[in-house]
Parts: sequence; C-alpha cells; structure tokens
Amino acid sequence: MGVATYIKDGEEIKEVILESGISVKPIYGPDDIKDFNYSEDLGNPGEYPFTRGIHKFMYRKNPYTMRQYSGFGTPEETNERFKFLISQGQTGLNVAFDLPTQMGLDSDDPLAEGDVGRVGMAVDSLRDFEEAFKDIPLDRIGSGLTINAVASIMLAMYQVMAEEYGYSPDVISATPQNDILKEMVGRGMWIFPVGPSIRLIGDTIEYSAKYLPRTNPVSVCGYHIRESGATPSQEIAYAFEIATTYIDHVLERGLKIDDFVHRFSFNLDIYGNFFEQIGKFRAARKIWAKLIKEKYGAKNPRSLWFRMLAGGGGGGLTKEQPEVNIVRSAYYAMISALSGTQTMALCSYDEAYTIPTPRAALISLRTMQLLLEEVGIRDTVDPLAGSYYIEWLTKEMEKKIKEEMRKVENIGGMAYAVETGYVQREVARQAYLFEKALQEKTKIKIGVNKYVMEEEPHKVELHEYNPKVADEQIAKLKEIRRVRNSRAVLQGLKGLEVAARGKKNVMPYLIACIKEYATVGEMTKVFKDIFGEFKEPSIF
Amino acid sequence: MEKRIRILIAKPGLDGHDRGAKVVAQALRDAGMEVIYTGLHQTVDQIVNAALQEDVDIVGLSILSGTHMTICEKLLKGMREKGIGDKAVVVGGVIPEKDIQRLYDMGIQGVYPNGTPFDTIIASSQKIANR
Repeated sequence: MGVATYIKDGEEIKEVILESGISVKPIYGPDDIKDFNYSEDLGNPGEYPFTRGIHKFMYRKNPYTMRQYSGFGTPEETNERFKFLISQGQTGLNVAFDLPTQMGLDSDDPLAEGDVGRVGMAVDSLRDFEEAFKDIPLDRIGSGLTINAVASIMLAMYQVMAEEYGYSPDVISATPQNDILKEMVGRGMWIFPVGPSIRLIGDTIEYSAKYLPRTNPVSVCGYHIRESGATPSQEIAYAFEIATTYIDHVLERGLKIDDFVHRFSFNLDIYGNFFEQIGKFRAARKIWAKLIKEKYGAKNPRSLWFRMLAGGGGGGLTKEQPEVNIVRSAYYAMISALSGTQTMALCSYDEAYTIPTPRAALISLRTMQLLLEEVGIRDTVDPLAGSYYIEWLTKEMEKKIKEEMRKVENIGGMAYAVETGYVQREVARQAYLFEKALQEKTKIKIGVNKYVMEEEPHKVELHEYNPKVADEQIAKLKEIRRVRNSRAVLQGLKGLEVAARGKKNVMPYLIACIKEYATVGEMTKVFKDIFGEFKEPSIF
Repeated sequence: MEKRIRILIAKPGLDGHDRGAKVVAQALRDAGMEVIYTGLHQTVDQIVNAALQEDVDIVGLSILSGTHMTICEKLLKGMREKGIGDKAVVVGGVIPEKDIQRLYDMGIQGVYPNGTPFDTIIASSQKIANR
C-alpha cells in the first residue's frame, strides 16, 4: 500500500496505479524493454540525451551541493546560521525571506504587521544584505534566493552587496528562484500580472547573460506545483511549459538560445512512490535535452543539461509521529541521489510544525552527507540503469509528461493557462482527489491513516516567533530613511520608473536605486503603479 | 426545497498556501453547498465586505500562519460593526490544540485543525447553517 492506488482481491494486490496514471505490472523482464535503444534512450552519462546524468563521472567528480533552506528574523541571525551551516560542511546557501519581503512590502507597511521576520529574514534595503552576507566567501559559496515577484530587486541587491565586499560580478553565483508562473499556480507570492512579471524575468535573464556569468537567473519550480497537488508527471510538464514561456520571451528580445539557457535550473519535489520519482527525473533529463536541441536548435552541449535541485518535499512529511519524517527524508534523499541531482535539500522532520530548528536542520544535512560519504551512493553513476522496471518506467513517464505538456500547449500555452486558471483548477482537483483518497484509505500514509497512535501534542521543539524582531527591523529601516540621501533616492526611483514604463532593462536602474538605499517597498511601488496587480482567475 | 447553504472560504493575510482552502472548498461543493472563494492576500475588511455582498451563511477562514487568534477577533468585530454579526464564522488550518476552546469562547462556531475529515466539516457546516 502507499500513495499509489492499489486494487486488491482479498489480500493479494491485483493492480497498482501510480499517481501519474501508470499501471505497474508485478514482474518486468527483457520483453518490456525490447524496443529499447541504449544510445537513443539513455546514452552514456554526460552524453546526449543525458538520461543517465549530465556529467560523465557524476558524484565522483561533482558531488551534489547540499543546500538547506534557512533564514531567520533579522539578517544578523541569518548570518550566524549561514556561518554555522558552512562550518558544518554545507556547500551552498538557500535564503528564506519573510512574507512581506516576498510581497515587496517594507517592514513598517501596515500589511506586514505580524509577519516581519516570521518565516525568513526581513529585507528592506541593502543594509540587510550587507549584514546577512558579511564574511561569507561569495566566490566559493553560491546562494539560492527564495524570491520571485521581486527577484529582480534581490538579484540586483546581491550584486551590489557582493561588489561592496570585493567580489566582482563574474565570480558570484546567485540562484534567485524567479519563477512567477509557479507562484500563480501554487505558493501564492505573486504581485504583478502575468505579462509584466514575465518581462521582469526576461530582464534578469538578459542581464545575467551579459554581466553575471555564474548566476542562475531562473530556477523553474515544479516543486511548489507538486506540493499544491499536481501529479509527478504534471509537475515536470508544467515546469517545462513554464520554462519554454520564459525562453520564448527572451528569444523575442534577440538573444540566442545558447546565450542563456545553460543557466536555467530546475527545483523539483520528491515524495510519493519511490520508483515513480526516479523515472520522473530520468525522463525529464531526456525530454529537456531533446526539446532544447530539436525545438530550439541549441548547439552548446551545456545548453541541453537539465540541472536540478531535487529535494525531499514538505508535502510528504506528516505532523503525526514527526520522528518518522527523519526516515522518510532519508528515503527522499536516496531517491534524489539515485536520480542524479546536482543540488539536494531536505525539509526537516519538524517542517509540519515550525521552521526548522538548528538540530533538525543538522539531521537533514547529516542525512545527505551520509549517503555521499558513508554508504557508497557516489561510487558509480546511475546505478539503476538497465533495470527492466526502471527503464520501462522511465519511458512511460516520458509519455505521460509529454501528454500533459500537450494539454497545456493545446489550450494556448502556460501564460494563458495560468491567466485563465486551467492549471490552478487541475492542480486543485488533484489535491482534492488525493486528500479524499487518504480519507477513504485508498491511499496510505503511515501515521496519518494507518498505524495511527495517540500522541502527545507537540513533541517537537518549536521555533518561537519573536515580535521584537519586527521592532528592531523597523527601527533600522527608519534610521536608513533618515540618513540616506533622499534626493538621490528619488532620482533613482524616477529613473527606474522611466525604464519600467518603456522597454529598457530595469536591472541597471534597480542597481542605482539600491546603491542609494532605496527600499524594497519603494521599488516595488514603482512597478505596481505601472504594471498593476495580478487578479486570480476564479476556479470554482 | 431547502435553500442551498452558501459559504465564503477566505484566505486572510500574506500567506499563499491555499491547498487546504481549495481542497475544503471542493469537498463542500461536492456536498451540495455553494462555495465562494475569495482568493489570496485578503484583508479582514475585504473579507467582511465579501461576506456582506455575497450574503453567505458561513464565513470559513483558512489560516496556516499562526495568526488565527488576532485575525478571528478582528473579523468578528468587523462583522458586528457592519451588522452581520449573526453570520457564523468557522476557521481551519494550523490551529494548535490549546487555541481551540479559546476560539469557541471568542464566538467562532467551528474549528477544524488540518487533517479534520471532510465529513466532519460538512456535517458541522450543515448544523451551523440550520441553526
């Protein structure tokens, strides 16, 4: 039993149907892969179509980056946590921002009340980045920035901060999430309408292609779409349809595919059926490589690389029997490693209750280290290749993903599908069906609807929200507004307005504002006044 | 024929996680009720106005951010001020055990921590609407 659907006759399992709608047979053999062609379907690792992995030697030479999501209250606290994680062997940062920052609101905005510094760090101005990244070796450590609607502002701020600390733009590596379409499907941190939002993403891609060669300007997220209810095949299909929307937009500006697509990366989810996820990732690498080569005519082999962060998802974890989540996450990490991920992150076992406590975050880090450095997951590349079941399943997943992609293309592409609510409706429907199946016990989740126990409430330690964080942050913001050169700020904002109203790339204008300590709220307001706000389509 | 129950599902505050709100909305609709979903990022005032205009029987809040006590208090006050204090308010989401009774004492008529079965929410909504 599990998160797939099981049809039984008495105690015997008669049929297994994976979430993506694939029916699994009890036994697989040579007949199931008789049309299989090694060089076309798999290729050697590091070779087209990259089904086995994007690098020849994978983890022997390029171990996955371990990047736990962190960011707390004030930038100073966040800085302490970053330093702790780096001292423990973490090789990349993943910055969490509080909700007001994600929505482009300053900490003293009335709408921000109660949320300042609650689920991540508050950022109002350059000063906050200066504090958060103090003494971090920005040429060695890359930073994921979990920000979307105002990603252009944060990327510009990262560059300004790094330059102040002596790192030139060509050595720093930022990975802003910067995927607004998925915010409109799930997670909800959108501000501007679809069109202008895509334009801002285009600005960051174009700018990065010219000035930030080690930065990954977009991390396309199937993750949150899956967390919102999509099946594994929809997760990949929607991510690809989103990615091609951004690609098409940037191509219209006159850039060539090989100028920028090699810096795209994907952020994907792991929970659910073990083998279905592995098939999903192997199929995704192949579809992506073929799409970029055949449809877009890329010449650079690197453009064909499907680079991913595959992480254990919060949606798989339970608030019931939370310690069991440590084991669940270990399996998710194993799936990620067996699937050839470039970056790994795990939700911590206390995720259902709180933002991770230091102890929980450390257990996640050790889980990822254990796989790599103790039990031999790095010894050989794509160890499951050649398995009758895995190769069959990889091909089936490829079909399902393409089927879902066609559905979106047939109704007019992803921007239209999001504007009209097609994708949101489909994802909400899947979420409902899944929840219903759990309640009817046709799908099984341990501790939730099977082996349920009476539990003491809150066995896990909680990260308590400290309201003093907001007071301090607001005091700092007021001080900045007092001491900065107001005239220069106004001039900067005026320049930004002209650029945003026209067709100019906004990035240099954001940089000019940020250098004068313009606030996130001020810059966002310039955009809002010109672009307006996204209106959610009605889906019921 | 009995009048169909009308429910407003509302998502107050900045938090954008609405999987739960949308799932419950579909369960209630499948149970024959009319469901109106406000969408994300709603202020308390916007929710009060929507409840007034849509003339619903029940206002259902979905709150995952830990701010349920303050939001519920503000909403009840806002509804009384607009003369719709008689409409029922229920809340679901991440609600710790210790707050459940406090919410009922405040005047909230149904509290559904995440994981509450659909059947419970449906039965409770019917009971509340027919009071």
